[in-house]
Amino acid sequence: MTLSMNTPDFLIERNRERCINCQVCVRQCANEAHGWDAEEEKIFSQDALCVNCHRCVTMCPTHSLSIRKFPLEFRENANWTASTMKAIYKQAETGGILLTGMGTDRPYPVYWDQLLLNASQVTNPSIDPLREPMELKTFLGRKPEQLRVINGKLAEALPPQLELDLPIMFSAMSFGSISLNVAKSLAQAAETLGTFYNTGEGGLHEDLYKYGKNTIVQVASGRFGVHSEYLNAGAAIEIKIGQGAKPGIGGHLPGEKVGVEVSRTRMIPEQSDAISPAPHHDIYSIEDLTQLIFSLKEATNYEKPVIVKIAAVHNVSAIASGIARAGADIIAIDGFRGGTGAAPLRTRDSVGIPIELALAAVDSRLREEGIRNQVSLVVGGSIRNSTDIIKAIALGADAVYVASSALLALGCHMCQKCYTGKCNWGIATQRPELVKRLNPEIGAERATNLLKAWEHEVKEILGGMGINAIESLCGNRLMLRGIGLSDRELNILGVLAAGE
Amino acid sequence: MLREGDVRIPSGCAISGIINRSGQVFSGEDILQSIALMHDRSNGLGGGFAAYGIYPEYEDYYAFHLYYEGAEGREQTESYLNYFFHVAESGEIPTKKTRSIKNPPLAWRYFVRPKPSYLLEEENEDEFVVRSVMYINAECKGAFVVSSGKNMGAFKGVGYPEDIGEYFCLDKYHGYSWTAHGRFPTNTPGWWGGAHPFTLLDWSIVHNGEISSYGANRRFLEMYGYKLSMQTDTEAITYAFDYLVRKQQLPMDVAIATLAAPFWRDIERMNSEKRALLKAVRAMYGNLLMNGPFSIILGSSQGLIALNDRLKLRSMVAATKGEFLYLASEESAIREVCPQPEKVWAPRGGEPVIATLEKRGVQGYDTEYEYAGLSY
Ligand code: SF4
Ligand code: SF4
Repeated sequence: MTLSMNTPDFLIERNRERCINCQVCVRQCANEAHGWDAEEEKIFSQDALCVNCHRCVTMCPTHSLSIRKFPLEFRENANWTASTMKAIYKQAETGGILLTGMGTDRPYPVYWDQLLLNASQVTNPSIDPLREPMELKTFLGRKPEQLRVINGKLAEALPPQLELDLPIMFSAMSFGSISLNVAKSLAQAAETLGTFYNTGEGGLHEDLYKYGKNTIVQVASGRFGVHSEYLNAGAAIEIKIGQGAKPGIGGHLPGEKVGVEVSRTRMIPEQSDAISPAPHHDIYSIEDLTQLIFSLKEATNYEKPVIVKIAAVHNVSAIASGIARAGADIIAIDGFRGGTGAAPLRTRDSVGIPIELALAAVDSRLREEGIRNQVSLVVGGSIRNSTDIIKAIALGADAVYVASSALLALGCHMCQKCYTGKCNWGIATQRPELVKRLNPEIGAERATNLLKAWEHEVKEILGGMGINAIESLCGNRLMLRGIGLSDRELNILGVLAAGE
Repeated sequence: MLREGDVRIPSGCAISGIINRSGQVFSGEDILQSIALMHDRSNGLGGGFAAYGIYPEYEDYYAFHLYYEGAEGREQTESYLNYFFHVAESGEIPTKKTRSIKNPPLAWRYFVRPKPSYLLEEENEDEFVVRSVMYINAECKGAFVVSSGKNMGAFKGVGYPEDIGEYFCLDKYHGYSWTAHGRFPTNTPGWWGGAHPFTLLDWSIVHNGEISSYGANRRFLEMYGYKLSMQTDTEAITYAFDYLVRKQQLPMDVAIATLAAPFWRDIERMNSEKRALLKAVRAMYGNLLMNGPFSIILGSSQGLIALNDRLKLRSMVAATKGEFLYLASEESAIREVCPQPEKVWAPRGGEPVIATLEKRGVQGYDTEYEYAGLSY
């Protein structure tokens, strides 16, 4: 073996005065960055193995640990940055594709942060959410062209709708990429909150069937775990065409994460890599999508709305319009900052477009064609807080999908190593000793707390705008102003500049 | 300075309405007196009236009221009207020199019916008229259609409402129902077309308030071909009613329940049929919910409907005496013309006051509104 040119990314610092040699860190670090030297009777650390997940730091009873960026610096070079060079050393060593986890960490513009919200002053009053009802109920599903009322009664019921108590859902994360305890936490939270979680492409574990009415079951190109009982178990079906973090390629589940349970749920052999094909092999064109949508509707007796999820790519508005016409009830768009359990680094960091621009373009396009009211629009791909949600809805979304934020609520520290299966927080792992670190009851409570907190904030800000029902915000771009954006960007977003 | 339509101007207002439900006509003096009492709620930058039943001799003709800023627009408009319509009568709208009225535009009226050969397939006369109104407003230079309904007309301009009324000699007209509007815009380009009421066919709306959902309402309506050239709430409300009642053919009370939707907590308490209906209405037309303060009086050849936002963030009082129903932003404006009403009340938020003409139908043309009986 030749010499490795890779140097550590992080430096583990231990305050020896505080350390009591309890070895908690040794037991906590699945990356084995900490070890116990029995001869010397002392803990040692290997910086190169650390991924900076803060597990040991959080668990250390005497707070003796801290992790820093490894201080080694290359000669300054704006073009050949440290990460660019290290990637080359790594690929020269392995000859492989670079893998990563979670959403892109590159400094692309975050348009949410360049949009400002409005509030009422004098000419109309703001509304106090503590004293007046503030309504966030949202319906997702196809709307007919006309409601028919005969003799004071609704003549035909609406097509099946998802009824959300708040316009936030947990987006797709497969059992396999995440642990069963994460799925349990989110399912329970969705039930408590009156919203939905999404199975992702990994099938539905038998323990989760009881959350059916709060479940969206996904059908992806690998068709893992898809059977008729599964399709009928949820409240809606989502066809996954693409994912924001890796548009154009299918899901990746490394064999290390495929244990007995995952193998049974996905209906694949244990320890085998579960690599979904890049396209659905029965969808090579838009008319094929119509067929899949209607086969799924047939299989479920037309009782469930069908969502089609796509990644935000350059031509997203034309694609979305095609999907609406193909018969989808709900269109979900995932922006390129969205997370993933495993993706090729180069794809994650360079393919796709930001969700803000994609959403604005799609909403405008569907309105130009007069079909926006017929389909619902859900967006995801890095919704980080309550104002991101308000801005998304004002741009034109009916509801948002969150995943990374939900995982952060459960303890994720964004180390981006989900693909290794060694998540120290018990999230992106299948190792029993790690999985049990996340208690699903506590997980459910934390996820519920997060969305409740956001719900409060959304209500507060809506009230400030003088609005007391979320549908009055939907597509209301007059509530937004852009700051530090070019005319072209303002145009695409369909918002005025601050001060206009 | 940009003029109304190029910029959105929030404003506060006074409104007032009087109807004789048996269809007896009475002169414009009462409505003038009523709105004049609320002088302080306007600031002289806009006032106007809608009057129903004033043109009985031409009740089968669409009465087009037009304002022109110059000769060119008039030529364009008249050649359009002469080409596509049969014009029974036309002439200048009589006015009287009034001291405080400055720079009025030329005001003309035409009694017209579309020539049937120009209707598109499956298009009725109403739809053709709507299309023509949008065309004239957008294409004819300096021309603006003030109203276009049958046996009704709108009179409006820049000034206090009582001065506008005097200028147009409203005391000489006799109608069975009248509405009035005095405006307090936060700034104004002083354009006569920008004053209220806003009208379309025989709909007219006077409105007090500023709706926070305007952006959502507007983008929804634009999807169905409405051009919101004035950028006002009133225009959005008018089109919303037109869309729901005329295009979607919903009963009037269902349309009202869309604009001032009941709260979910109240819907949950309704019987299952009503709950299913209102759930569907909110899921389907949620974008037309009018959020934020408003009180409106909706006039049509069917009668008057008054409505408050669902939180009742704007004042509105109603009163009756005999066949008369009075509506106004302030009770004093009612007592000014009807000192001893039989009944006076403040309608609750979201709860409409509906005064339907007993002899309706003669004026209405494809616009006989139904009610689903939602039991308000
Ligand atoms: S990988 Fe995590 S647990 Fe292990 S040493 Fe680094 S920070 Fe601590
Ligand atoms: S889920 Fe786990 S492995 Fe993935 S980024 Fe979060 S902490 Fe790291």
